[in-house]
Amino acid sequence: MSKFEFPPSIRSRPVYGTLEVRAGKHHLMIADAAGAEAILDVATPDLMAKTHIIYIPRGADFEDKLRALNPAQFYEGPSYAASVSRIQRVLQDASMGLQVYLTGTEGLMGQAQNEAMQAGIPHTAIQTEHRGSVARRMQCVHCKGITEDVETDPFVCSHCGLNLFVRDHYSRRLAAYQAVCIDAEDPGNVPAQKGIYATETEQ
Amino acid sequence: MSGAEKIAVRVTEVTPLNDLVTRFRFEPVDGGLLPTFSGGAHTVVEMQDGAITRLNPYSLMSDPFDQSAYTISVRRDDEGRGGSLFMHKSVSVGDEMVISNPVNLFSLDLRAKKHLMIAGGIGITPFLAQIKQLDRAHGNWELHYACRSQALGSYVDYLTDTHPNDVNVYYDDQDQAIDLENLTDRQPLGTHIYVCGPKGMINWVRAKSTDLGWPREAIHYEEFLAPQPGKPFEVKLAVSNKVIQVGEQESLLEAIERAGVDAPYLCRGGACGMCETRVIDYTGNFIHRDHWLEDDEHASGEKIMPCVSRFEGKTLVLDR
Repeated sequence: MSKFEFPPSIRSRPVYGTLEVRAGKHHLMIADAAGAEAILDVATPDLMAKTHIIYIPRGADFEDKLRALNPAQFYEGPSYAASVSRIQRVLQDASMGLQVYLTGTEGLMGQAQNEAMQAGIPHTAIQTEHRGSVARRMQCVHCKGITEDVETDPFVCSHCGLNLFVRDHYSRRLAAYQAVCIDAEDPGNVPAQKGIYATETEQ
Repeated sequence: MSGAEKIAVRVTEVTPLNDLVTRFRFEPVDGGLLPTFSGGAHTVVEMQDGAITRLNPYSLMSDPFDQSAYTISVRRDDEGRGGSLFMHKSVSVGDEMVISNPVNLFSLDLRAKKHLMIAGGIGITPFLAQIKQLDRAHGNWELHYACRSQALGSYVDYLTDTHPNDVNVYYDDQDQAIDLENLTDRQPLGTHIYVCGPKGMINWVRAKSTDLGWPREAIHYEEFLAPQPGKPFEVKLAVSNKVIQVGEQESLLEAIERAGVDAPYLCRGGACGMCETRVIDYTGNFIHRDHWLEDDEHASGEKIMPCVSRFEGKTLVLDR
């Protein structure tokens, strides 16, 4: 599957790279959905012997392929929320030199990066590679509620019901983009909904 | 005038610690308070050595929150250009001197969960201030300090008395060495490593921690390079339209200053990048000694750090 090219944007917007193997005795790979493919791309028997994979399928079917890599540890979780306590525990027990690789959706990478940062890894030392859905994790700046997997702009806040404009302004602390009311001046005057990247080539 | 702001001070204590190291205490001449600083900061001490003005950086080792005085410890370098010898031989209690406001190029990263400190010899001094800062904040730290011998182990007694569980001392003459492999391999996530000491030690610690996968952002080091003597050379300063001679015992930066040209500087030890100067033209070879410029910049012949680097050849024209 080809990778989506995010259009150039403001500095606040996260930029993702391509996973590469780094020196270290312990490796933690956290992926969701199509992120499994990025792991399959870098996996070598040598690397897998010291790698813990935490995978959240979200409907994708990569479990057998990932297990076949024979990683030192493999965990498949039903959701990020269900997996986060395991992620926290792995980070708590880890020592310096642990390499963290995050791949899949922006929501997964942002939230897992936040956990790794809180565990003391500088965010610039955490590798990321975007794969799969381009949906965003959005925070409503008005009610502070988070709406997951937003694919359209504008969208309706899943908490307070405001019509929200999707911004590229991102918060590492919240692992979310900011969403601002689009019809505050003229309630009800809401532009037609389109895909977030509708003017770009859809994947 | 370049450099950090200046403070007029009086020398109020000169305390020899051992054969090589002497401690100096500075109090402000005007009786006021000195600025607080952060652990790892240094001050640039001006020395009037006859006709020569020397400006040497020394790490502040006193409590960063003590505004009544600053202390530094100076290791005598008999082979050097004379700055440390001047401090040892010519400075006495009551003397007035000028020092700079503190500048920190080796500060603690306070996001760290733990601070792992590696010191070699006189490289202990910035850690003394950092430890005082961390103690006040109940910080988590551990020090590994290598010195030549018990007799030359500056502040070993003080450190082991006050922090018996956090300080580990290694004496070269007793064949004790830091077990760096195991030390860096068992640190909790969020540890930052700091190293100050001889170049070989800094390179060793950086290489080992990098090999073990420590992120670059968690590895901190400080090495003041003293400018080395070298063959005299001639430099043309294009902006000020002067031709100056750099003597055997002075640095390029000192020669520029001696000619009355105000050149930017901060650390005077090849680390901060402040004095970076563009080369307009040259015929000859650069002797780059800083660790500010990248290797490709050193090779390009386009930039020089006049605080520590020299030149050998026919022509050197600088954008200064």
